[in-house]
Amino acid sequence: MSGWAIFHYAYLQNAVLAGLLGGAACAVVGVFVVTMHLSFLGVGIAHAAFAGALFSLLVGAPPLFGALLFGLVTAAAVGPLADRAEFGPDTATGILFSLMMGLAFLFLGLTPGAKTEALGLFWGSILTLTRGDVLVLAAVAGALAAFLILFYKEIQAVVCHRQVAQAVGIPAAAVTYGILLMTGLVIACALPGVGGLLVYTLVINPAAAAHQLTWRFRSMLLLAAVFGVLSCWTGLALSWMFNLPAGAVIVLVSTAVFAAAAVFCPKRKAARWTEKNAAA
Amino acid sequence: MSAPVVEIRDAVVAYRSGVALDGVSLTVNAGEAVGILGPNGTGKSTLLMLVNGLVRPQAGSVRVLGGEPFRVMRGYRLRRRIGYLAQTQRIDPRLPVTVRETVAAGRYGRIGLLRRMGRADRRAVAEAMDRMGVAHLAGRPLGHLSGGELQRTALARALAQEPEILLLDEPTASVDPGARGALLAHVDALPALTGAAMLYVTHETGAVPGGCARLALMRAGRVWRDGPRAEMLAADTLRALYGEEGP
Repeated sequence: MSGWAIFHYAYLQNAVLAGLLGGAACAVVGVFVVTMHLSFLGVGIAHAAFAGALFSLLVGAPPLFGALLFGLVTAAAVGPLADRAEFGPDTATGILFSLMMGLAFLFLGLTPGAKTEALGLFWGSILTLTRGDVLVLAAVAGALAAFLILFYKEIQAVVCHRQVAQAVGIPAAAVTYGILLMTGLVIACALPGVGGLLVYTLVINPAAAAHQLTWRFRSMLLLAAVFGVLSCWTGLALSWMFNLPAGAVIVLVSTAVFAAAAVFCPKRKAARWTEKNAAA
Repeated sequence: MSAPVVEIRDAVVAYRSGVALDGVSLTVNAGEAVGILGPNGTGKSTLLMLVNGLVRPQAGSVRVLGGEPFRVMRGYRLRRRIGYLAQTQRIDPRLPVTVRETVAAGRYGRIGLLRRMGRADRRAVAEAMDRMGVAHLAGRPLGHLSGGELQRTALARALAQEPEILLLDEPTASVDPGARGALLAHVDALPALTGAAMLYVTHETGAVPGGCARLALMRAGRVWRDGPRAEMLAADTLRALYGEEGP
């Protein structure tokens, strides 16, 4: 079968579009969490969305409904919990992470029958996404783009140095909560395609790769989005050619992209040069 | 006499670890440069955070530029008019932000939400970098700067803000002795450039800028003495403040 067969199958078209929209959106929120040193937040929200999707299956609702509910509640709770309780966001995320993992396994245990659909949420299935799923991803990616365009300067200031942003009169807490909510929204909507155990790698890996290669926030956003989409499309193509699970191959490709970026990282060379000259 | 821009009466601020300010009172007039001097742990940094609305008083009153800075919405509006340099600047060396973008952040509060930088804003940023001697570093990543360059960039950010009050918390603390004199000269130039009142915190008597004609000495969360510079820097006063070991 020719490579162009992709244009004849609706499920492949949906997968390619989901890779474009989900890959770019996950990578962009990844830039927020990687730059703010909140990588664990991506993991925490992914597991919350996973627990929510399992809850939905248990009560007979669409998985996206629970994923959104749990993902957004977790994202919304992390900021105030960290701000008011005077401990770091990673600690707050860790507490919520353990709670959500406990709930996920509880819901899984309570689910009657073969649990096939529930287990499918672990690794996702980008090839079974419907046009409706793609439209949801398009809406979320559009909302994220609007958030970035409208509040770019505030987002950049908060992501790069929240204390400075607060000191110059930017509503830093509101912008931070907006970033967390967007992260929750994107992860929850990408979960059915990539899976609860894999979605956070699409958040972290492309952004971490971009972080190795540029000193500019705008370039980092663009590079991360390109890496996210490339990871999804290359993973899809390889899984199509070699009959492999798409979600797993996408994650492996995104990890390979990160490894390549780390090897060719100009920042690391700069650091080595600085150390060498300091020692001389 | 100029109108007061900072009026603090019997303010108390407590953290979980203890009381940082214990009934502090201080009045600063428009255009006045005041040095806040005292040993570590006496509440100097918290005093600046109180003025900037970053901490809320448990008791007492705080009025800055006619408003209460700890109120959420009022605080945002007031902070746009206050240049603040925090004591510690921990910068991730890989942070994707340049010196120009950092200085420009000083304008963002004034510009407001949903609006972009205009020509006047870009000019103010360029002038601020030029005056603080960091114009040649404009495109450099923030994480590549030395301690002195980092502090001058932060001063440029405060200058770009066109503040009415400047709050500087130990700006020379992480700077090597060679660069300290140049940095203090930049600090001394700020009130004249901006017309702003300045509160300058330090624990070192030798690091007080020459422009601070008035010094407030802090001890145990309060202003212990407040008066002319020469009087406050007298040897017996400093011994009483720092103990026999000296500052």
